[in-house]
Amino acid sequence: MTKRLFVKGNEAVAMAAIEAGCRYYFGYPITPQSDIPEYLSRELPRLNGEFIQAESEIASINMLLGASATGVRAMTSSSSPGISLKQEGISYMAGSELPGVIVNISRSGPGLGGIDASQSDYFQAVKGGGHGGYHIVVLAPSSVQEMYDLTMLAFDLADIYRMPAMVLADSVVGQMKEPLVPNKRPAADLPDKDWAVRGKGDGEQRVVKSLFLGDGELEAHNWKLYRKYQELKARECRWEACQTDDADLLVAAFGSTARIAKTAIMMAREEGLKVGLLRPITLFPFPERAFLEATERTKKVLVVELNTGQMVEDVRLSVARDAEVAFYGRPPGAGSLPTPEELLEQIRQHY
Amino acid sequence: MQQVFKRPISLKDVQTHFCPGCHHGTIHRLVAEALDEFGVQGRTIGVASVGCSVFLYGYFDIDVVEAPHGRASAVATGVKRARPDNFVFTYQGDGDLAAIGTAEIIHAANRGEDITVIFVNNTTYGMTGGQMAPTTLVGQKTSTSPYGRNQHKDGAPIRMAELLAQLEGVAFSARVAVNNPKNIIDAKRQFKKAFRYQVEGKGFSFIEALSACPTNWGMNAIAANERVGSEMADYFKLGVFKNTDNM
Repeated sequence: MTKRLFVKGNEAVAMAAIEAGCRYYFGYPITPQSDIPEYLSRELPRLNGEFIQAESEIASINMLLGASATGVRAMTSSSSPGISLKQEGISYMAGSELPGVIVNISRSGPGLGGIDASQSDYFQAVKGGGHGGYHIVVLAPSSVQEMYDLTMLAFDLADIYRMPAMVLADSVVGQMKEPLVPNKRPAADLPDKDWAVRGKGDGEQRVVKSLFLGDGELEAHNWKLYRKYQELKARECRWEACQTDDADLLVAAFGSTARIAKTAIMMAREEGLKVGLLRPITLFPFPERAFLEATERTKKVLVVELNTGQMVEDVRLSVARDAEVAFYGRPPGAGSLPTPEELLEQIRQHY
Repeated sequence: MQQVFKRPISLKDVQTHFCPGCHHGTIHRLVAEALDEFGVQGRTIGVASVGCSVFLYGYFDIDVVEAPHGRASAVATGVKRARPDNFVFTYQGDGDLAAIGTAEIIHAANRGEDITVIFVNNTTYGMTGGQMAPTTLVGQKTSTSPYGRNQHKDGAPIRMAELLAQLEGVAFSARVAVNNPKNIIDAKRQFKKAFRYQVEGKGFSFIEALSACPTNWGMNAIAANERVGSEMADYFKLGVFKNTDNM
């Protein structure tokens, strides 16, 4: 019989990191993600790994940069204000083509905001949150099981494409407990890390850097990064389509909000409304083709987010030209998480 | 014929971009000599910082990671924890280490990371054109302190070698200068001690080297060299501030 555990989403992330072979974690306490460093501070020393509670999120991301540069699997986690601090390092990692996993159990903002579930960091995550026009892989789990599975996937994609990967969730999926099947690390065809700095020995010097000053060097480097983003779009888009085949209205939502939307859709189906859910699992690369193909059939889309409209922009850029895209969202904060009944009412209005 | 002097093997046979009279070249050489002497070139990972020292990888024939501005000690922490058998050093300027990277250096030192930090203090931001640094002397005119550094507004210059020596995690802390042969010989001795601490796994070692920046000081090379030995060494005293194992 398959082993089933009953754990928090944040614990699932930490367990998956270990299963994925990550032995190095660098972080700083912040609600609502502290279960991750707490778990790893307990488990990593037993595995001959290293856990450092750093002096800041800035130091944490730079420790991750240093560890990743040596070729090991390493991770940091934080929540929105801390992720803002990490953006400098994420930009350098993107520029230096370094893998590494960053978990954002995001909270509401701007500023100190609050600790409630939030999807207001979508833009920051998918559009390149730091300077320099880059992207990172962004995965959006909507269950404890996905917190586990997508964390392992994040490590693989980071290694394959030599770029940072983020798991973007919030307290709904991070703090709740659900049954988890702790799957084994899936087999993946991973490239050799022949670029890693480990001491040159008798060989050639290796350099991990993001400074390119020679004539044409930086442009060529950026075209190389651009090609990776195109490759990701072609190969790595993931999404869930639920009851979309006969749907007259598509609801699009990711992460925690998609769970509520799914309940609302089942309620709508009971009323005889043909509604389906299209849930992006990769936020970057965004599943553009899935939206285009779905809206060749279904002309109405209702995007639901726990913010005032961010992913809706990517949906509008992806759908068929004659599709109508409506939006319903509320800014995150205590009490603003929509109920299934509230979303059902929106479905009725836009059906 | 016996060869009595040669380029350290850890240094590449290339010209540097450093200005005439700058001390980076001499300090690079001392670092390379120490790497050679301990035979650690092949297992060394250098961490470059932002500033004139960023081209570390261009001059040293070793593996190098380039750190964001001020973050070299945090990057080196990640490198060393993942690769404890490698020799890991950072090479940072005063703006990098003593302003934007203050939190990172203090905490790497306080954790007693088994790394070596080389801190080049030339009292100014060299690469960006000679702005006021945390180590700029009181009264010193720079491009952002045109009336001279005012202690009441800008604070007094930070003495990093003394400050870090206070921390339990620091095994070795010294300040050297390379403005004359006597000081260079002493500096070479201190670099060896600093490196020995890490080679023997005995903890965090820090070495501050006073350096001339004739271009941004508006001086010729000789006058700049003299300033290091007089005005600078008066405030930033040369010496060993911590040497836990009496090396």
